[in-house]
Amino acid sequence: MTLSERTKTILYPLILLVVLIAIWDGAIRFFKVPNYILPTPAAVLEAMHRGYIEGLYWKHFFYTLQSMVSGYLLGCTLAFLLGCLFAESRTCERLLYPYVVALQSMPKVALAPLIIVWFGFDLASKVVMVSLVCFFPMFINTAVGLKQTNPALLDLMRAFSASRLHVLLHIKIPSAAGHIFAGLQIAIVLGLIGAVVAEFVSSTKGLGHLINAAAVNLETNTMFAALFSLAVLGILGSQAIRRLHARVVFWDRGAIAQAPLSE
Amino acid sequence: MNTALLEATDLAVTYASSRGPVVALQGLNARLGAGEFLSVLGPSGCGKSTLLKVVAGLLAPSGGSITLEGAPITGPRRDVGIVFQQPTLLPWQTVLDNVLLPIRTLGMDGVAGRQRALELLELVGLAKFASHYPNELSGGMQQRVGIARGIIHDPKLLLMDEPFAALDAMSREHMMIELQRIWLATKKSVVFITHSIPEAVFLSDRIVVLSERPGRTVREVRVDLPRPRNIDTMASPAFASYANELRAFFSTLGTA
Ligand SMILES: Nc1ncnc2c1ncn2[C@@H]1O[C@H](COP(=O)(O)OP(=O)(O)OP(=O)(O)O)[C@@H](O)[C@H]1O
Ligand SMILES: [Mg+2]
Repeated sequence: MTLSERTKTILYPLILLVVLIAIWDGAIRFFKVPNYILPTPAAVLEAMHRGYIEGLYWKHFFYTLQSMVSGYLLGCTLAFLLGCLFAESRTCERLLYPYVVALQSMPKVALAPLIIVWFGFDLASKVVMVSLVCFFPMFINTAVGLKQTNPALLDLMRAFSASRLHVLLHIKIPSAAGHIFAGLQIAIVLGLIGAVVAEFVSSTKGLGHLINAAAVNLETNTMFAALFSLAVLGILGSQAIRRLHARVVFWDRGAIAQAPLSE
Repeated sequence: MNTALLEATDLAVTYASSRGPVVALQGLNARLGAGEFLSVLGPSGCGKSTLLKVVAGLLAPSGGSITLEGAPITGPRRDVGIVFQQPTLLPWQTVLDNVLLPIRTLGMDGVAGRQRALELLELVGLAKFASHYPNELSGGMQQRVGIARGIIHDPKLLLMDEPFAALDAMSREHMMIELQRIWLATKKSVVFITHSIPEAVFLSDRIVVLSERPGRTVREVRVDLPRPRNIDTMASPAFASYANELRAFFSTLGTA
């Protein structure tokens, strides 16, 4: 029996996963690694059960999800609008360019403590942190994408005396769609990092907080369970954007295949 | 011939570039009668695309004058159509929507436009492809969509910038015959830019030859071959003598 390509792409990683778990479990038994260094797969599974069947983790999961989604939407929307402004207005570009470069090369997560000071310990500070880290990849990609519009298309539209807004909406934004989606893809990964960092710095909820709290008690199985949860969040987010990309930018199949995996 | 649709007198264009001014055109003289097919033939970089942009109102001349129907060209006009060297279609729109782009952008009647778009697609032999997307079409087919789009809003004047340059020899010949057919059917005035001698001879009523940069008119040739011209025309002695004359002229200029 020959397997279809689709089955293979799903089956092969699963086989590898089983093998890795077996090696993990075997290594712990063989080297007698204590639980507080590395938990057994069974202990992680047990933590997962406690978390998601008995329901202890859901509030953390949703807290992180909520800060992630709100921050992402806020940051990406602002970045998109400012990216359009930046690409459209030479004055705006001249004015902002040095600051954009300076801010871009700065590690945004270093701002986390300051953001907590300004926006408090609750959700607001997490949302701000996420939107801040989402902002730059989205902003740069939007601006660059808009500026790379085929000049012949612009000449064509100018020949019909099309208004600037018309050209922006009907020509430039669709032309830049590939870049914009690449920005959205990078932002989702960075956004998750932002959310976790903000929770590390100060929080009473969220998967990042869960990891932090578990570390104090050396509950490595909880830490692993939270890490897996974060991975799931990241994968679901990336996949959602990937799907959306393929659906919206249907005319550019090649570029979708080449879209960056993460950063 | 007093009724020139388009008239360029001592036209000059200078670009400001980082290396200083670049004189692209200088002393260009040309006129185009209504319904006439005029080719502009010249070596690469001599300012042909520049000329087209000036005629389209996308670029202001820096010297001389250029008039359309007696009035100086000051900006883009809705009765001018352009076909670019590359098809430049919108990949996210269907063939039909692409052809309709001028209608929509100019705010013309959509219903009548649609009807006309379908007729034009029929004319360029793409009726079956109206709902396809550009990337599902061959290069030659895309170029024909570009031609349909160039004339959908019924411009008096059609400007074409080396529209067949990207095609292979076979589809190029095919497209030349198609274009002649469309031109005979619609009787537009055409400025056709090319650096292919056979293309110019085959299509034109008249050919203006430009020098190397800065481009100026160095020769004008009237082509008196009966229409419609076809593959056999290209093999005829009259065709060959026009082509040889132009070729010989270019070699005295020291270009190909
Ligand atoms: N925006 C610009 N700035 C500066 N120089 C330019 C600009 N556009 C064109 N030129 C110069 O003007 C000259 C004429 O350019 P143009 O594009 O009109 O040539 P062309 O005859 O269409 O060439 P080709 O047959 O290769 O398309 C070239 O030497 C080119 O380098
Ligand atoms: Mg050119």
